[in-house]
Amino acid sequence: MASNASSASLPRLRVPWAVVGVTPFMVFALLFLILPTLFLVVGAFQDNEGGFTLANLGKLWTPTILASYWISIKVSVASAVIGAAIGAFIAYAAVSGGLPRWIRPTIMTFSGVASQFAGVPLAFAFLATLGRQGLVTLFLSSLFGVNIYAKGFNLLSFWGLTLTYLYFQIPLMVLIVTPAIEGLRKEWREAATILGASNWQYWRHIAGPVLLPSFLGAALLLFANAFGAIATAYALTGSSLNIVTILLYAQIRGDVLHDQNLGYAIAFGMIVITGLSNLCYILLRVRSERWLK
Amino acid sequence: MKSNRLGHWLAILIGTLYFVVPLAATFEFSLRKLRGIYSFEAYRVVLADPQFQSSFTFSVGLAVVTIVFGMAIIVPMAYFVELRLRKLRPLVEFVTLLPLVVPAIVIVFGYLRLYNSSSFLPLTNSTLSTNFLLTCGYVTLALPYMYRSVDTGLRAIDVRTLTEAAESLGASSATIIWRIILPNIRSAMLSGAFLTFAIVIGEFTFASLLNRPAFGPYLQLIGANRAYEPAALACMAFMITWACMGIIQVVSRNAVAARP
Repeated sequence: MASNASSASLPRLRVPWAVVGVTPFMVFALLFLILPTLFLVVGAFQDNEGGFTLANLGKLWTPTILASYWISIKVSVASAVIGAAIGAFIAYAAVSGGLPRWIRPTIMTFSGVASQFAGVPLAFAFLATLGRQGLVTLFLSSLFGVNIYAKGFNLLSFWGLTLTYLYFQIPLMVLIVTPAIEGLRKEWREAATILGASNWQYWRHIAGPVLLPSFLGAALLLFANAFGAIATAYALTGSSLNIVTILLYAQIRGDVLHDQNLGYAIAFGMIVITGLSNLCYILLRVRSERWLK
Repeated sequence: MKSNRLGHWLAILIGTLYFVVPLAATFEFSLRKLRGIYSFEAYRVVLADPQFQSSFTFSVGLAVVTIVFGMAIIVPMAYFVELRLRKLRPLVEFVTLLPLVVPAIVIVFGYLRLYNSSSFLPLTNSTLSTNFLLTCGYVTLALPYMYRSVDTGLRAIDVRTLTEAAESLGASSATIIWRIILPNIRSAMLSGAFLTFAIVIGEFTFASLLNRPAFGPYLQLIGANRAYEPAALACMAFMITWACMGIIQVVSRNAVAARP
């Protein structure tokens, strides 16, 4: 009682340490994450005098800009879908057993490394592999007489970029989806088998529906990951493959579109696309966590 | 079941090929600088390049400052959110996920417009303040990874009991964080730190658009102008990434082993 009375008599003298500890982070997030993003979002709806307008968004519907969004979306979808499928399969092969014990930790470690091996060095690696003088290119032409470049392959193209992105997309998928695959209980399979289910029926009616939200969610995350990437594509193709991040980069660098509000609109469009895919990811994750507890 | 296992082996085999061949090819390519023989000439040229040395040192310094600065704002925040301000958790989770939603190039575009020379906070005016802005950009990029690792570390220990014990012995909040919490989440922080290092060391977009002489823009420049040196640099970058991830594995394994 005595201590209560004394703390009541000095109510405001205690330093609110919790607030002091949280404030720097909040100020930082506001200044260097939220305000810069908001600034662009607001700018996308303003004209040069600061009045409200939808004209900037309207200007996105020009062939160059639409084409750059479209190629970005195509590369991101292709690398996300293919990466998710292959990554899930590798993760399943590593988790579900039947293989020596050392394989799984090796794959996990390697996935951790490869999923971070992106950016400019990744472009160099693929140029050394599948570029015109690359090892695999030379190997194929000297051993099988197949010149892949004469057959229409080009590393500086849609498929070339997709193939390169898969180098970090597949390992990322392995890392994200492994916990979900681990959540598949042995009992479910046993129960299904006892009830007479075939392997196909087990996947179609049990494992598939349980894994689907995790799988789709992870694929959406891969999509956003590829959509915002720039360094690999820039180092690989220069500006010959006009994905939207490179267009925005050129716009920031040299103001190539001569209209800074249009730049804001391009940025806003990117936020909308990655935002939507992340929103769907969160919704799907909530769904998938029902089973994985 | 036999054919099943064959499929698994096949998946692993194809996966391994897809990931090992480019590495092998890059390494082989990096040795081709001298005509007709394999040599480490490309590596020698790169390592002797003063621009390599200066940009690499610059990025290592940036990475260290990013880690210290990031941890300095994230650890107290995560500690108090876990201890007293649980209702802030959804907000914090949202904010720390934002850098994965908003592409890096969009964030740096915002910086350039918000902090240019004619703005209310002209950070791009001097070299020092531009470096500060770049560091803030890197803390932002690393935010999801740093927060997640610190948060995992905090959840693994009993923050409330440790804090109450320390408080009953008369420790202040700063003492508790510095002498009780930090040593207990050291391995989690190290994981976050090395992941941050791996992200910052070769980062291109921020450094290039803020015009700072970091390692990422240097890599890009070499890539545009040389033939064999880029492959050597790619091998070195891969070794660095590998080292960072390897250290994380060792650190977290020791942490698990040390736990009673």
